[in-house]
Amino acid sequence: MMAESQSGYNVETIRNLFPILNRKVKGRDLIYFDNAATAQKPIQVIEALTHYYSHYNANIHRGLHTLADEATAAFEATRHSIQHFIGAAVPEEIIFTKGTTESINLVASAWGNTHLQKGDEIIISSLEHHANIVPWQMVAEARGAQLRVIPIDDNGVLDMEAFQNMLNEKTRFVSIVHASNALGVINPVEDIITLAHKFDALVLVDAAQSSVHLELDVQQLDCDFLVFSGHKIYGPTGTGILYGKKALLEMLPPYQGGGEMIKEVTFEKTTYNELPFKFEAGTPNIADFIALKPAVDFIQDIGKKNIHAHEDALLRYATEKLETIDGLHIRGNVANKVSVVSFTIDDIHPQDLAILLDNQGIAVRTGHHCAQPLMKRLGIVGTTRASFAAYNTFEEIDIFAQALNKSIKMLK
Amino acid sequence: MQETRSIAAIEQELTEDFAMFETWEEKYEYLIDLGRKLPMLDASFKTDDYKIKGCQSSVWIHSYHKDGLVYFEGDSDAMIVKGLVSLMIQVLSGQKPADIVQAPLSVIENTGLSSHLAQTRSNGLRAMIKQMKLDASVYGASSPQ
Repeated sequence: MMAESQSGYNVETIRNLFPILNRKVKGRDLIYFDNAATAQKPIQVIEALTHYYSHYNANIHRGLHTLADEATAAFEATRHSIQHFIGAAVPEEIIFTKGTTESINLVASAWGNTHLQKGDEIIISSLEHHANIVPWQMVAEARGAQLRVIPIDDNGVLDMEAFQNMLNEKTRFVSIVHASNALGVINPVEDIITLAHKFDALVLVDAAQSSVHLELDVQQLDCDFLVFSGHKIYGPTGTGILYGKKALLEMLPPYQGGGEMIKEVTFEKTTYNELPFKFEAGTPNIADFIALKPAVDFIQDIGKKNIHAHEDALLRYATEKLETIDGLHIRGNVANKVSVVSFTIDDIHPQDLAILLDNQGIAVRTGHHCAQPLMKRLGIVGTTRASFAAYNTFEEIDIFAQALNKSIKMLK
Repeated sequence: MQETRSIAAIEQELTEDFAMFETWEEKYEYLIDLGRKLPMLDASFKTDDYKIKGCQSSVWIHSYHKDGLVYFEGDSDAMIVKGLVSLMIQVLSGQKPADIVQAPLSVIENTGLSSHLAQTRSNGLRAMIKQMKLDASVYGASSPQ
C-alpha cells in the first residue's frame, strides 16, 4: 500500500462520483483498468442524460418551442465547451460525429475524394489504430494515391529521420496518432506538423487516447484536423469530435446529405448549410452530446494537469511493480507515454491472463488492440494492456500485481 | 473393444469432476491441466486448413473417421482454450457421427467455470463445436449407417 502522492488530489472524492466503481465482479471490488477502451462515467454525466429525457427532450435547431430552445442551447453549450477544451478559435470548427472513427472517415472521404490525385502520397505511422489505416487505404485506392508508413523502433518510437525522408512534394496528407492506443507511446506531433507543413501537407492528429490525458491546444499545435471520442473522456458513447480549421472545413464538400445540413433544397439544386451544420446531417445524438459537457467540466474542474500527474504516478508505480515479474516485457517502455502499460509474458497467452484476471475482478484488455500491423511489427500476437484513469489507485495496482502473479503461477 | 460411453455419460462424469472443486482457482487449474495433458497435435495439422479463428486465440482441430466413429485431435495457443479443446475432445471423440451432430452439449455450462467462458465468441468455443459437428455430419453423410 502506498499513500496518494499528489497533494490536494483526493482520489476518494473522485471515486465517489462514479457509481460503477461500487460494483462487485466475481465477488470482488471491481478494478477497472480498461480506460483506454472507454472511461467510466461520473454521476453528473449519467444525471444529465436522464435530466434531458425527463425534462426537455426535443429535436434541436429548428423547433420554435421551449423544449427545442432548451435542448438546442444545451447541445450548443457542449460545442463551446469542446471548443475551449482543445483551444479552437471558434465553435463552428467543432463538428460532432459518432466517434473518432467517423471523424477520420469524414476527412478521408470529404477531403480525399476531392483533393487526392493519382501519385499523391498520404503518410501514416506503424502505430496507428485500424481506424486511422483503413479509411486512408480506401480513399488511396479509389484515387490512385499511395499510403506510406513511418517505421518505429522496437519500443514503438517513431523513426523521425525516416519521416523526414518520406516527405516530398507529393505528400498531401499526414494522419498521425498522438498517443498509441496499444502502447501508450506519445508521438512528437508538434514536430510532425511543422515538418509536414513545409511541404504544404495537411495534418490530422488522432487524439483518441491523448485528449483525456494531455493538454491540447489546436491553435498552438497548428494541426489542420484533430479527432477524438467523448466516451474516452468520461462522456457518453456515440459522441465523436472533429476539429478542423475553419477555412479547410468551409472548402470541403458535405460528407452526408439529408436534413439539418441544407440551406435550401429544390429538385434542381441544393445549397448547403453553414458550418458546423454542413457536416451534421440528420438528427444528431442530442442526449449524449448534452451529457458530454459535464464530462468535460469534470476534467476541467479537477484540472487535466492534476489528473495527468496522478495517472503518471500510477503508471510509474505499475511499471516498477511489473518490471520485477520474471519473463514480463513491457512493450513501449519509454518515458514519454500516457497512462497505458502494455506487456507480454514469456510463454503465456494474453487471453489466458485476461480470463484469470477477470475471475479476480480485474478488467484489462488483451489482444491486438485493433493495431494488427503494429503487433506484426513487434513480432507478437497481442499484449495485455492496463490503462489508468483519474479514479484509479495505488492499492488497485498492488492488487493487480498480486493477481497477475497468481495467474502466472496457475499458467506456468 | 471397450464399449463406447454415451456423450451424455461422459459429460455427466466431467461435470462431477468439476463439482469436486470448490474454488474457481481449482476449477481453472484442472482445466489448464487438461490442456497440458492433451496429446500433441501433429505439426502437419497446425495449418490454416485446420485452424478455427477465434478473436484472440487460435484453435486447430483435426478429425478422422474410423470404423463408423469420428475421432478428434486438437490444439490451441492459449492454455485455457486448450483445456476447453481437451474437454470437447473427451466428450466427442470416438462417437458416432449422428450422436455428435445431435449432442446438446451442456458440459461447459455445467462445470461452474465463469459463464463468459461458455458464451464469449472470442475464445472460439462456439466455432470449435460448430466445426466438430460439421466434420461429423460430413462423415455421417459419406457413410450412412
